[in-house]
Amino acid sequence: MTALTALFLRDVRAAIRAGGGAPVGVLFFLLVVTLMPFAVGPDLALLQRIGPALLWLGALLASLLALDRLLAADYDDGSLDLILMSGNALELALLTKALAHWVTTSLPLVVITPLLALFFNLDLPASAAVTVTLLVGTPALTLIGLIGAALTVALRRGGLLISVLILPLTIPVLIFGVAASNAAIVGPLPFGSPFMVLCALSLASLVIGPAAAALAIRQGLE
Amino acid sequence: MTLFASGLICMRGGREVFSGVDFSLVAGHALAVTGPNGAGKSSLLRIIAGLLRPAGGSFGLQGGDPERSVGEEAHYLGHQDALKASLSVRENLDFWIGFLRGQGDAREALAATGLDTIAGLPAFCLSAGQRRRLSLARLVAIRRPVWLLDEPTAALDQNAQGMLRRLMQDHLSGGGLIVAATHAPLGIEVQELALGAAA
Amino acid sequence: MPLIDLANPTRFLALVGRTLPWLAALTALGFLFGLWDVYRAPDDYQQGATVKIMFIHVPSAWLSMFIWGLMSIAALGTLVWRHPLADVAAKAAAPIGAAFTLICLVTGSLWGRPMWGTYWVWDARLTSVLILFLMYLGVIALWRTIDDFSRAARAAAILTLVGAINLPIIKFSVDWWNTLHQPASVLRMAGPSIHPSLLVPLLVMAAAFFLLFATLHLAAMRNEILRRRVATMQILQAQAAPGV
Repeated sequence: MTALTALFLRDVRAAIRAGGGAPVGVLFFLLVVTLMPFAVGPDLALLQRIGPALLWLGALLASLLALDRLLAADYDDGSLDLILMSGNALELALLTKALAHWVTTSLPLVVITPLLALFFNLDLPASAAVTVTLLVGTPALTLIGLIGAALTVALRRGGLLISVLILPLTIPVLIFGVAASNAAIVGPLPFGSPFMVLCALSLASLVIGPAAAALAIRQGLE
Repeated sequence: MTLFASGLICMRGGREVFSGVDFSLVAGHALAVTGPNGAGKSSLLRIIAGLLRPAGGSFGLQGGDPERSVGEEAHYLGHQDALKASLSVRENLDFWIGFLRGQGDAREALAATGLDTIAGLPAFCLSAGQRRRLSLARLVAIRRPVWLLDEPTAALDQNAQGMLRRLMQDHLSGGGLIVAATHAPLGIEVQELALGAAA
Repeated sequence: MPLIDLANPTRFLALVGRTLPWLAALTALGFLFGLWDVYRAPDDYQQGATVKIMFIHVPSAWLSMFIWGLMSIAALGTLVWRHPLADVAAKAAAPIGAAFTLICLVTGSLWGRPMWGTYWVWDARLTSVLILFLMYLGVIALWRTIDDFSRAARAAAILTLVGAINLPIIKFSVDWWNTLHQPASVLRMAGPSIHPSLLVPLLVMAAAFFLLFATLHLAAMRNEILRRRVATMQILQAQAAPGV
C-alpha cells in the first residue's frame, strides 16, 4: 500500500466513522433547496426555470460547510507536522486529502441531486445535466477550498473566514456550471462549450489548488 | 552519524527566542534540552524537525542519506499524539507505518508499548498515557535514526516511564540519536544543552 | 408493571426479550388483515386503484406526527423526571420517525404524480411534512455529533421540545405562504368525508402501523442499551489494560 493510499483510506474511514460531517452537509443542501421556494414562491414553472441555479447554489454552499475541518483536524492533532516531515510531496498529500474530502462530503451531494431535482419538477435530461455538471464542478470547489483551508489552518474560528476567502474564487465555477446545466435544458448555447470550460476549471484547480495550499502551509512555518 | 547545529537563531513574533545555539551529537548519544518555560526548547526541536525555519545558523546530519532532509530521518514526538479518535489503536499505527513507508511490525511495536491487548479498541477509549504510548509505538515500529522528543515523560506513569527508558536505551544502542526537551530527568545518560540561561 | 420498574435497563431488556416475539407476530397478523382489507376495498371512482396508496400514506403521516409527540414526552422525561430510559426511547424513536415521514413523503409524491402530473408540488401539507422530515434529520445529526450520550440527550431533548412548539407555527406559516401564492386551487389529498368501505381498512392498517412502530421502537431501544454497554465495556477494557 502506498503512502497516499494509506492517507486516503484513513481520511475516508475517519470521516465515515466520526459521525456528523458528510450527512450534515447533505442535510444542509436539502435545507437550502427547501428554503428557496419559500423565498421565491411555490410557482413550479418558475422553480423549474431557476432549478439548476438553485441546486448549484445549494451545493456550493453545502460544499463550503465542512472545509474548515479539511486541514484543521490534522493540524490540531499534530498529524500535519508528521505529514510535513514524512518526505512525501506535500502537494500530493494535500491533493489526496482533498480527494478524500470530496468523496466524503461532495460526492453525497452529487448523488442526492437527482432526488432534489424532483422538488423543482426538473425533467430527466435537466436533472441529469445538473448532476453531471456538479460531478465535474464540485472537485474544483473542493480544490479551491483547499487553498482557503491551508491559509486559515492555524487560526481558531477559521471556518467563516474560509467562506469569505473562497466564495469569490468559486464564481467562475458557478457561472459555467449553471451555464452548462441551462444549456443542456433550454439553450441557447450548446451544452458542450460551457461544459468544456467547467472541465478546464476543474483540471486547472487540480494543479493550482494543491500547489497554492502547499505554499501556504510552508509559508506558515515562519 | 552526527547531528550538528551551529549558531542557530530562533525568532518568534519578532522576538529573539534564542541565538548562537551549537551542539554536536554523535550516534548512540542523547541530548537533553533544558531551560525555563519560553526558552525555546520546543522551538529548537521543531527547527531540527524542519517544522520551523531558523532565523540564522545551520544544522544537519552528517553521514546520513544526502537525498533526505533531517526531518525525513527523524521522528517527532510533539505535544499532540497525531491520533484519530474514531480509528482503532491498530488502524492508527498501521496508517503511520503505511504513510511513513516504514517496514516495521505493528504487532511488535504494540507489544513493546503494552498496547497489544487493546489493539482493537477505538483511540477515544484510551487514557492520556495510553495515547502517549501509542505515539511511542510509532517510533518503535518505523525505524528512523533521530528521535526528537518534546516532554516525552508527560502523562506517563512510573511503569511507562521505565518502558520509555528501555526504548530510548535500545534506540541508542542501535546507533540512534535522541534530542529531548524535558523538565524531568530522563533516566538515561545524556549530554545537556541549557537554553535560556545563556541568553 | 409500573414505569419505575422499567427504569432498570436490565429489567427492561428482559421484558423486551419476552414481549418482542409476540409483538412482532401481532404486527404480522395486523398487516395480514390490513392488506386483505385493502385488497378488497373498492377503487375510487375518480382515482382508481391509486387511492390504495392512501392506506400506507395516511398511517405514515399519523405516525410521523405521533412519534414526534412521543419524543417530546421522552424529552420531558429526560429533562424533568430524569427517567434513565427516556433518552434511550427518544434516540431510538428518531430514525424510525424519520423513516415513516420519508414513507409519507414518497407515497405522497407517488400518489400526487397521476393527480398533479409531477412528483412534487409545494403544497402546504406536503411541504410541512418535508420540514418535519428535515427536523427529524436535524435531531438525528445532533445525536450523532455529540459523543457523550447524557449531554447529547439533554441537547436533543431541548431541540425536540423547541420543535414541538415550533411545528404548529411552521405549519401555520406554510399554510399562509401557500394560500398567498395559489388561492384555493390546492388539491386536497384525502377528502373530508371518507366512505366506511375505505375507513375500516384504513383503521386496520393504522393499527398495524402502530404495532410495527412499537416493535421497531422496542428493538431499537434494546439495541441502543446494548450499544451503550459495549461503549462502556470498551472504556473499562482500556482502563483495565495492563501497563508495561
